Amino acid sequence: MPAVLAARGLEKRYGRTQALAGVDVEVGEGQLVGLLGPNGAGKSTLVKIACGLVRPSGGEVEVCGVAAGSAAARRSLGYLAELFRFPSWTSADELLTLHQRLAGSRGGTEERAELLELVGLAHARTTRVAAMSKGMQQRLGIAQALVGSPRLLLLDEPTSALDPAGRRVVRGLLEELRRRGTSVLLNSHLLSEVELVCDHVVIVDHGRVVAAGTPDDLRRQGGVEVETATGTKAFRDARRGDVPRIVRELVAAGEEIYGVRLVASSLEDIYLEVVD
Amino acid sequence: MTTIVLYGLRESLRRKMFTVVLVLTLFFLALYGWGVHAAFKDTQSFVGPGQGTLDPDQLAGAIVFGLAMFATLFLGAVLAVFLTLNVVRGDAEAGLLQPLVVRPIGRTQLLVARFLGAAGVCVAYVLVVYFVSLGITNWAGGWVPDRIVAPGVELAAAVVVVAALATAGSVFLAPIANGIGTLMVFGAGLMAGLLGEIGHAINSHKLQHISRIAWWFIPFDALYEDALHRLTIDTTGFAKFVLQLGPFGGSHHAGPALLVWSAVYLVLILAAAVAAFSARDL
Repeated sequence: MPAVLAARGLEKRYGRTQALAGVDVEVGEGQLVGLLGPNGAGKSTLVKIACGLVRPSGGEVEVCGVAAGSAAARRSLGYLAELFRFPSWTSADELLTLHQRLAGSRGGTEERAELLELVGLAHARTTRVAAMSKGMQQRLGIAQALVGSPRLLLLDEPTSALDPAGRRVVRGLLEELRRRGTSVLLNSHLLSEVELVCDHVVIVDHGRVVAAGTPDDLRRQGGVEVETATGTKAFRDARRGDVPRIVRELVAAGEEIYGVRLVASSLEDIYLEVVD
Repeated sequence: MTTIVLYGLRESLRRKMFTVVLVLTLFFLALYGWGVHAAFKDTQSFVGPGQGTLDPDQLAGAIVFGLAMFATLFLGAVLAVFLTLNVVRGDAEAGLLQPLVVRPIGRTQLLVARFLGAAGVCVAYVLVVYFVSLGITNWAGGWVPDRIVAPGVELAAAVVVVAALATAGSVFLAPIANGIGTLMVFGAGLMAGLLGEIGHAINSHKLQHISRIAWWFIPFDALYEDALHRLTIDTTGFAKFVLQLGPFGGSHHAGPALLVWSAVYLVLILAAAVAAFSARDL
């Protein structure tokens, strides 16, 4: 799978603070990659370097085969910042028109209508930003990032201001983007969200990648728990294949069995384990 | 580029501050009309026509219109500062800049376009106020300056220089610090001009020298004084001497080298701003 975003040995220093210390990340064509990590881990810096807002101190980043920050790279991506604001005097339609012109999109009215429909703002085409709730602005931000059908979408905390219903809309949107083949790097604090939608997860801490893989790879088998008349018995190293043997042995030992449960660690467990 | 210029223009015109400046300008023009009418009337009795070496209409006209030009320069500079003080750092801190910077347009075009948008508003504002003031002066006393268009253009250029300084300042400073800093530089330029006038009055070459050096560092005052100079460029004798020591900065010929330097200065300031902006993490 060709990499739409490839960061190799990426470093960034802010004075004496090492924000990134040799990060390698790849986002493949049509892949949805979740970027996790505590505050100050370097996630936003990584995203900002990818879209040319921040200059790296070392290493290299390529977007669609060209250096990040170049005009060609910026033409291939859409970006929603963690903290953003749009001019309060623009309407949703005017804002998207502005970004269509800047992105060189020829989508016109049709693209704007489709994007607003996609983020659930079809009714707010002429609504000014000043009259929008934070959640509506966040969804407008996602629509803005999708102008010009970018190959790579960089989303920095896109659901931070959304209520549960809004988050579900964004989840649906991400799944739709995956269906369309758009590559997404999703920086989020919401582990459950990342677990639900991402193909690949990268956990960053202190500027380094501390874990990476598919959510299934990262979720480890955590043993077997058997509920008996005398209480729950835990077999930490056991796996699914060990269940018949364990049950036989317990029955032979005179135990009455009421239930058997395979224990798997969640992404949250892994996250807490690898992050200081 | 045009998209961002238009965006900058729309943003400038939609700001509440622009409305405040418009209201203040209307207040100023009304006050000016009243004042200039009284000034022409009173100077007629102060120096009767044909009774001395001073033409009362010329004296009143040049002095009060000089006042109008000072007020226009001041209001234009305030407008220029407020339209540009947050172009980079302020907008970046507010999160307004990042969605634009990641687009293919590039930082150089973005900064230059934002400057051009703000400068366009300032130039239009200065020229409108200049010509309305001129119309009021002519209506009240029948006086017209020796040169009509060039002083207005130089006044507008002076405000554009202030806008360029504030745009460059916005790359390094937070909006409030940039606004205060640029207005202090503006005040320092005017102060240097006044020092030059005092130097002329008391024949101090040192003060005149300080004023001339300041012209090269902050050339908007040179443009302003040259604009004043063109109002009475054909006047000679004692009248010229009195008008040269005008109460709001004297009128002096800046010379072609300083006018060319003002254009070069503008380009250098913008080039420095673009270089700093291009190297800045957002």
